[in-house]
Amino acid sequence: MSAPDTHKDTGPVPTTGHEWDGIRELDNPLPRWWLWIFYASVVFAIGYWILMPAWPGLTGYTRGMLGKSDRAELVQDLARLKALRGQQNARLTNASLQEIESDPELQAHALAVGQSVFGDNCATCHGVGGTGGKGYANLRDDVWLWGGTLEDIHRTLQYGIRSGHPQARFSKMPAFGKDQILTPGQVGDLTEYVVALSGRPANAAAVQRAAPVYAANCVSCHGPEGRGDPLQGAPNLTDREWLYGSTRADIQAQIHNGRGGVMPAWSGRLDPETVKALAVYVHANAAGQ
Amino acid sequence: MWKNHSKLERHSLLLVLGILLVVSVGGLVEISPLFYLESTIEKVKGVRPYTPLEQAGRDIYVREGCYVCHSQMIRPLRDEVERYGPYSLAAESMYDHPFQWGSKRTGPDLARVGGKYSDAWHVQHLTDPRSVVPESVMPPYAFLSEKDLKVDDIEARLRTLTRVGVPYTETALKNARADLEAQVDPTASGASLARYYGDKVNRRDFDGDPDRLTEMDALVAYLQMLGTLVDFRTYEAGAPENQR
Repeated sequence: MSAPDTHKDTGPVPTTGHEWDGIRELDNPLPRWWLWIFYASVVFAIGYWILMPAWPGLTGYTRGMLGKSDRAELVQDLARLKALRGQQNARLTNASLQEIESDPELQAHALAVGQSVFGDNCATCHGVGGTGGKGYANLRDDVWLWGGTLEDIHRTLQYGIRSGHPQARFSKMPAFGKDQILTPGQVGDLTEYVVALSGRPANAAAVQRAAPVYAANCVSCHGPEGRGDPLQGAPNLTDREWLYGSTRADIQAQIHNGRGGVMPAWSGRLDPETVKALAVYVHANAAGQ
Repeated sequence: MWKNHSKLERHSLLLVLGILLVVSVGGLVEISPLFYLESTIEKVKGVRPYTPLEQAGRDIYVREGCYVCHSQMIRPLRDEVERYGPYSLAAESMYDHPFQWGSKRTGPDLARVGGKYSDAWHVQHLTDPRSVVPESVMPPYAFLSEKDLKVDDIEARLRTLTRVGVPYTETALKNARADLEAQVDPTASGASLARYYGDKVNRRDFDGDPDRLTEMDALVAYLQMLGTLVDFRTYEAGAPENQR
């Protein structure tokens, strides 16, 4: 490189001395603001290496003087959260379900916890308002498949229904049509019988034909009058609530397929006090028993 | 010294070598220690390679691009742990090729979705998402119930994974297809499935249609095991070796 020279057109800025076909290259210095930010970031990086976890070694890595650890901070964060929820949560742990419900202050706390947890975990199936849908029980009415007392609801929440948990609620309606326990004609007659049970007009001849079939196959769970049995999760067939739909086609499909829904067990996934709060929330929102 | 770079700049080969050298420093320092440091992957019990059916479901998950909207990575942040459960461990994705951590959540994180909903819910939700979650923007995947699962290449798929370090044994590979079919058939013995993958494997008909083995079976089987392998009652979140 030749010595920097200047040119009359370029003022005080020197050129690099390179020349291509008479075109010369200005040698402008780097902008000061840029250069200082660059130096500052170098200094910052060195400070960061010293303070924060940075360099890997052969058996571990430098932990940094601040001892920063996201996971350790999380443990503290969760402890702070627990302290924030504090006394009320501790009382949830110790109080019985009835005590929670009868203490207005504690109940308000449980309802707040329950509402938030319901939105995250339960609304996906039971709907945002808890009104359910086909195959998912409505939690806002006074009809309960597995019982609507606080204890019943709490137990269902803890262990689920057909969830595979050893203490889960379990029952299985046979698939009368699919497994060929009954003939299609008998399933059709039974459909009329169930329609009649719920107080709607039905084909009288079919109802009469179905009576012995009902007595032989359905009574043990649904009862002689069709009022169901919450101990077996057998629905009451005389009311207006239908898990899998109320039309003849829906009822026939259910007798044919004998579906039974699965509700997961929440005891392993949520804290015991959260499950309690949920039970109180669900109970309070329904016309509970 | 500062003036000598002109030599580098005038020899394209030297320049390319120099660039490669400088760029590789970042990779060597940041990535290579992860392969030899013991602390990279936590020592926890329960993590196992995917069963053939789960792996087939995982391949469908990747094929359909579920990762574009769903992450599988619960970060160690208070609000995430509150909502989704214990934060994801490196150990939990040690047999993932490729991992599905994701980078964007249009839908919720799925790292611990296993067991949260029923099989029937998953089938209904995949078939018509808005029938159970009215505000959902997820596209429907109803065709999965109609498509028979391709099972004849499962052994080759698992064998490919052994090349990148997933420890399927030779006999497990030979049994892959039988194990896949045993997982959706509760009446099969399932002894071989239990021998290679443990006795906690979910075994049932997942899609509600016992007569057919569909892609829906595989995908729901995969979703139902996500995040369920590690028993967090035995994981010490406060232990020094688990801090980072």
